[in-house]
Amino acid sequence: MKWFARRETVPTILVLLAFIAGAIESPYFLDFHYLLDSSSLYVETGLLALGMTLVIVSGQIDLSVASTMALTACTAAKLLALGWPTPVALLTTAIVGILLGSINGLLISGLKLPSFVVTLGTMAAYRGAAQVMLGAQSQKIPTNLSGIDFVRTLGTPIPLPLTILVVMAILVGLVLHRTVLGRWIYAVGTNNRASLYSGIPTAKVTVWVFAISGGLAAMAGTLIDSRLGVARFDHARGLEVDVITAVVLGGTAISGGSGSILGSMLALLLVALIRIGMGLANVTAEYQLAVVGTLLVITVIVGNLSEKIANSRSRRSPLAPSPTLTPSQEPHP
Amino acid sequence: MKHREIRTLALLLIVIVGAALRAPRFIEATSINSILLWAPLLIVVGMGQMLVIVTRGIDVSVGSMVGLSAMASGMFLRSHPNTPLVWGVAVALLVGAALGAINASVIAYGRVPAIIATLGSLSAYRGLIFILSHGVQVDSNDLPDSLSRWSSEGPIHLGGVTVPWLLVAALGIAALAAWFVRRTRTGRDIFSLGSHPEAARLRGIPVTRITFLVYAITGALCGLAGLMYASRFGFVNPGTAGQGLELIVIAAVVIGGVNVTGGSGSVVGVLLGCFLLGVINVALSVLGIDATWQQLVYGSVILIAVILDTLARRSAMRTSGAI
Amino acid sequence: MTRSTLLLTALGLVFVAGCNRDAGSAASTDTPSASKKLKIVYIPKNTGNPYFTEVNKGFEEAAKEIGADFSTTGPAAADATSQVPIIKEQIQRGVDVIAISANSPDALDPVLDEARSKGITVITVDADLVGNESHRDAAVLPADFNTVGTSQVELLGELTGYEGDFAILSATTDAPNQNAWIAKMKETLKDPKFSKMKLVDTVYGDDEPQKSTTECEGLLAKHPGLRGIISPTSVGLAASAQVVDRAGVFPGGPHATGKGLELTGLSTPNQLKKFVGTGAVTAFQLWAPSNEGYLAVYLGQAIHLKKVIPAAGADFETKKLGKVKFSSKLELIAGPLVKFDKSNIEKSNF
Repeated sequence: MKWFARRETVPTILVLLAFIAGAIESPYFLDFHYLLDSSSLYVETGLLALGMTLVIVSGQIDLSVASTMALTACTAAKLLALGWPTPVALLTTAIVGILLGSINGLLISGLKLPSFVVTLGTMAAYRGAAQVMLGAQSQKIPTNLSGIDFVRTLGTPIPLPLTILVVMAILVGLVLHRTVLGRWIYAVGTNNRASLYSGIPTAKVTVWVFAISGGLAAMAGTLIDSRLGVARFDHARGLEVDVITAVVLGGTAISGGSGSILGSMLALLLVALIRIGMGLANVTAEYQLAVVGTLLVITVIVGNLSEKIANSRSRRSPLAPSPTLTPSQEPHP
Repeated sequence: MKHREIRTLALLLIVIVGAALRAPRFIEATSINSILLWAPLLIVVGMGQMLVIVTRGIDVSVGSMVGLSAMASGMFLRSHPNTPLVWGVAVALLVGAALGAINASVIAYGRVPAIIATLGSLSAYRGLIFILSHGVQVDSNDLPDSLSRWSSEGPIHLGGVTVPWLLVAALGIAALAAWFVRRTRTGRDIFSLGSHPEAARLRGIPVTRITFLVYAITGALCGLAGLMYASRFGFVNPGTAGQGLELIVIAAVVIGGVNVTGGSGSVVGVLLGCFLLGVINVALSVLGIDATWQQLVYGSVILIAVILDTLARRSAMRTSGAI
Repeated sequence: MTRSTLLLTALGLVFVAGCNRDAGSAASTDTPSASKKLKIVYIPKNTGNPYFTEVNKGFEEAAKEIGADFSTTGPAAADATSQVPIIKEQIQRGVDVIAISANSPDALDPVLDEARSKGITVITVDADLVGNESHRDAAVLPADFNTVGTSQVELLGELTGYEGDFAILSATTDAPNQNAWIAKMKETLKDPKFSKMKLVDTVYGDDEPQKSTTECEGLLAKHPGLRGIISPTSVGLAASAQVVDRAGVFPGGPHATGKGLELTGLSTPNQLKKFVGTGAVTAFQLWAPSNEGYLAVYLGQAIHLKKVIPAAGADFETKKLGKVKFSSKLELIAGPLVKFDKSNIEKSNF
């Protein structure tokens, strides 16, 4: 389990560092209640990151998550406005999310297309569909369903959305780290062709992974509806960059085959702390854009470099852990 | 190859005839001028994007590169009002090439997947535009008249239709691109790399260098497109300059028959694709179709083109028995 | 360990570099107990918009006069939800007054309620929470909305001799200000004085240069004999001016049909100087945006210190702008419309 421990070390240390930097940058930062309160702003990102972790571990990428979230958010609001009973409307929304994800998965596995092209197309198409559905208008959410971020969890000061994220993280973590599907996801991401030859239904794994991602996006969509009290087609625009940054920062190899839910969640905490810290220090949005974008690229470069170093070292040492356990670039068949 | 170009051409004609039947004004001079001004930006950026996609990559940062080059060259022209425009071109090309080279280094030498690298620079470069400009836009008054004449004047006039210098320049670049991919060793290497990366490596094609080259070229072309942007729209705003261009360009390139799994694509196809996207956009406006449909149209165009292409290639393989 | 060390150094550097750039515009001493100075923050729709830069100048001027601690911060894109985290942060920074040009009339309601429940005075500037006015204390609007639509039609009438077909190029379909003005324009046209003017088309450029340009070219293609275009948004007007200039269809232009097309609307003067010079635009209008910021600071201070309780019909006075009256929706109007043309455009610089 040494590799496991090592992958989360980096985000953990960075989180601590971000805490210190935040506290130095702004005197308003170290306020436990405020940080807890702000968590609600990042829960949606977190849910998307859970799905994205599975997708990236399986060797793919999903650029359409934020658009799926917006489309499901609009769907939920529309259904509620049409007078559907709440449970039915929410269930339908979840199914829509899963379907949208499955469309991605089917196109990718069925036609053997690169995921970045397919999901780039659906990124535009899903948001476009949301725009056609609601136009530029807002769709109000019934008042009894809005304001979930003000609801606390069973008498604790923890906002309900945070609890939802933690529960979902545990569930998705169990799927990835403790089930057959999880093992298949790693296998497919490490070497798709080899997995196919060893009898893993690789196409099915891909569809499953994207369906889960879509389902989680639907959950995020209903949460943002409730938090803002309205649904709009431009909800969460550009959020995919934050999501991918969190997952990659959390130690998930962009080439697939390695990564963990814990790492992604730690990295999400890091991105949230950086954003909160910079926001409190009145650092304007464009600097935040530049920092998050740069962070994403640097993380991957550094990750690649250190892999190279680690690989060359392990090749020299006969006692090194077996290569399947070290994160490595997928060898071309 | 030929087959795909014919398909795009047919599609282009169908859209034109369809639009003209619903609104006869669509084939009058004003609309045609509008289309002729729509295409150049797409063509210039599209040539770069084609090379990138041929090598199995993608560059989603083109919109931000166009914006940043437009801003940098606009600011340069504002502070040097009487310099010849050539220097503006030089600044735009240089800034674009530098940005492209950063992408290129990260992808070729840092071994970062193109989608991640350019997704990062999409944000980072957009942030940089604000930082560079202090959030202040370049107004039409700050840009020389000679620049806006690129889009208002041209060598050929037919009826009320003017073929603007912008389009002439864009077609020149397309011709250069065609020569580059067909007649030079490097150009051919780009295609071999895309059709089979491992084989290319074994055959001694300098994979890293070629990968670097395609992204750097794309950057330089985006630089030029940035100046064209300033010429066409007359002002450069840090937030909106070039924003969302990546989707339109990728749609144009993919519908122009460039294979997203690498290795094939043609300049003529991309040209047709760019004109098709221009025609679609102008048609949406002339037919008075609600703007809310635009995103859905771009997305669907990409998906449908990719799906049809794959299916066509599969059936071609099946009939030729080469599975 | 190599991996950790490398990552740490690289990311630490980026993070620290990013954090050290405090881009808050005015000198804001960032300590909570520095003084009892009034803390005011202005959140524009988006940064990089020349219009809001001008509004901001008014804020700075007035904040200096009353000795308030003023800062500004805004989102990069004018999305409905992009202002939510910023408002949360400002609440935590303990500001006394939040002045905001709202990106959405409804998506900000919950977080603005939160701010007000913590004793923060919320003033909307330029863009109000239309239909949700109860979620803010008061509003400062650029000009009397009832007069904007009428003045624009009147201006176009003056330019075209009160006759001919014209079209409107607006921003987004749900922009409350735009829609209020357009409605007023339509109402104004019923006056017999304008009986020979006909509104033939209304199109939306989404405040994007590319879209506005295409839509304006579309107007020229669809309506060959068009006599006028009103674009009551600065992005739309600047983009259209370029189109009209290039097409040469303005009065006296090389391709003008009949008397030519008169383009007018609302814009800051700097964006149109060139086109007033070339003749593509004869005249257009705007209020002084900095007055909005100026008024918002005094209003925010007065409400926060409970010197003024906004009430319909009550007066509010500042030295620079004199007396203004609260409307029934608790709006203050910052200033009259000013007409810009060859005679005065070179004198104004914003």
